[in-house]
Amino acid sequence: MNTDDLQQKNARLVRNLVLVVVAMFGFGFALVPLYDVLCDITGLNGKVAATAAKEVVYPIDNSREVTVEFITSLNESAPMLFRPETKKLIIHPGEYYTVNFYAENLTDKPMVAQAIPSISPGLAAEYFKKTECFCFTEQTFKPHEGRTMPVRFVVNPDLPKQYKTITLAYTFFDNTKTQ
Amino acid sequence: MSAVIAEHDEHDEHHHDDHAHGPDKGLLRWIVTTNHKDIGTLYLFFALVMFFVGGSMAMVIRAELFEPGLQFVEPQFFNSMTTMHALVMVFGAVMPAFVGLANWMIPMMIGAPDMALPRMNNMSFWMLVAGVLLLASTLFMEGGAPAAGWTLYPPLVLQTGKALPFAIFSVHLLGISSIMGAINIIATIFNMRAPAMTLMKMPLFVWTWLITAFLLIAVMPVFAGAVTMLLTDKFYNTSFFDAAGGGDPVLYQHIFWFFGHPEVYIMILPTFGVASTIIPVFARKPLFGYSSMVYATASIAFLSFIVWAHHMFTVGMPIAGELYFMYATMLIAIPTGVKVFNWTATMWKGAMTFETPMLFSISFVVLFTMGGFTGLMMSIAPSDFQYHDTYFIVAHFHYTLVPASVFILMAAAYYWLPKWTGNMYNEKIGQLHFWLSVVSVNILFFPQHFLGLAGMPRRIPDYAVQFADWNMISSIGGFIFGASQLLFLYIVIDTIKGGTGEKVSDEVWEDAHKHGLEWTLPSPAPYHTFTTPPTTIPTEHI
Repeated sequence: MNTDDLQQKNARLVRNLVLVVVAMFGFGFALVPLYDVLCDITGLNGKVAATAAKEVVYPIDNSREVTVEFITSLNESAPMLFRPETKKLIIHPGEYYTVNFYAENLTDKPMVAQAIPSISPGLAAEYFKKTECFCFTEQTFKPHEGRTMPVRFVVNPDLPKQYKTITLAYTFFDNTKTQ
Repeated sequence: MSAVIAEHDEHDEHHHDDHAHGPDKGLLRWIVTTNHKDIGTLYLFFALVMFFVGGSMAMVIRAELFEPGLQFVEPQFFNSMTTMHALVMVFGAVMPAFVGLANWMIPMMIGAPDMALPRMNNMSFWMLVAGVLLLASTLFMEGGAPAAGWTLYPPLVLQTGKALPFAIFSVHLLGISSIMGAINIIATIFNMRAPAMTLMKMPLFVWTWLITAFLLIAVMPVFAGAVTMLLTDKFYNTSFFDAAGGGDPVLYQHIFWFFGHPEVYIMILPTFGVASTIIPVFARKPLFGYSSMVYATASIAFLSFIVWAHHMFTVGMPIAGELYFMYATMLIAIPTGVKVFNWTATMWKGAMTFETPMLFSISFVVLFTMGGFTGLMMSIAPSDFQYHDTYFIVAHFHYTLVPASVFILMAAAYYWLPKWTGNMYNEKIGQLHFWLSVVSVNILFFPQHFLGLAGMPRRIPDYAVQFADWNMISSIGGFIFGASQLLFLYIVIDTIKGGTGEKVSDEVWEDAHKHGLEWTLPSPAPYHTFTTPPTTIPTEHI
């Protein structure tokens, strides 16, 4: 093969391979929305809707009891106090309940914080509906302000039979710096 | 065939004093070289140095784990050691060593005068050096080197001190270097083969590297993307993996392992290629099932893209996901089994001799199979909950990397050193190196299975006293293994300086010229080879 031909062939091949590289770099980023869509559809990973659910009337299943546990934690030791006022509740699917959480800013400065919910087992997440939650928006705290915040929720009676305990965990992230 | 060789000899002698065609003099030769043999040598030496650097880090780890309690290093530094050991060994030692072999051998095996893109070849080597130096520099930074494990999982990795952006940029450099190397290898194999060398006549080392190169260009960019997201999360307020902004750390694990699983095959497929090259020569038989070897390699490469979540069975997947990833992972055992049986069948009733390259290759077949079996155990999702993040996984992947990839790299060095240098290595010391290595590697890693099954977590500097005995035995094995590798260093230097003094023939190993084009060239291989393509090719390897 003469040299010019070979150079042309190499150039064409290299160009195509570089395109593959660029495409795969893009694919890495495309995984981000793909992952979110997949988690939204399936409710995997305990990811729950970040917006309020409509208040729908469900038939109340009084024959069934589900334990709902509430846990709180702070991300990277955010300077806050954060606790559930109710630790555990035995509920009937279909009935609406309200529980309170208490959070306090321990610093001398105003604070912006965001609570992130997670539900375990993850597959129960899509049956757990919140109509009111402090986690839907960022919360602003004045210096040393403490506040009681309600969460109103219902467990859809379609919840599969094997789920007897659902844990709702909140983590508060201190977002003050990123504002 | 011999007529063709004679022609080459003449050709090379003709240009012997022609400055433009010989190597440059002095140090500059190594910096500006575009010769595939020089660059191969650079890669191999660099990998050898990194093997000892990464090995020293492993010695720190094993010394700290010799007894329970904190003896020598701070926990933070210990975690830096596990992280850096892995990064140095993967990106600094094993991958560059195989690229070095590819540079040296692929043109000689397919009858090409050089790599297709010699200048890019030089650049990819020096970028690797820059990347590794940058990574090493993080050891001296405020907050220490990265200590979150080689997987760099957020949110932990985001707590790295000043080193984080340097580590990420170093990963970018290493990635670009590997991608350039891979593109070069693909271009060489596709466009530079001797006319008689059709795809299905290529030696298996060339085939496995072709497939590996495709894996590299497919997944290195994804890893580059993942670490870029880490960078923007840390410094530019994005929230790819930050739950506070709606991101998810588990997403990182998915992206990482989409890269990470093919990555582990990037380190093992060329290993298969070298084993398939060496075993037939010393069994004095053609390779059993050449085409099935090619298809098995391609199948393994394909499967590597669709099994990644078996690294994360415990993150909370739906049962359907666990089952899918479990069965898909088990499928890999089939093409891998094909390979192991083919190597065994190649040796069956062969007139075998046991020179050092063959000893390393046979022990590779046996010990890699053991690593494969523990992999199969962990593919079973419910069992994996017990093994996850324990010393069992540490034992598993070290069996597939040390007595597999590293042993085969040793085998390759012994096998081709006489061709590279024209001198014979000292067989007695070679065999001593082999026996010390094969015994100590098992003392080192086998007890880690027991530790893992008993529940010892990985990446911890201190442990419960119940794990003391096996850890001590493992550390003793580690020290012997580490020290034995100094023999290898000695042998390499000794062989370059003249070795046994015996003049090696062109084919070096009995009838090797029937197995590969490289053995039809003079020993040592001249600076320029196959400036005109060979007209016939050996077929014994098929």
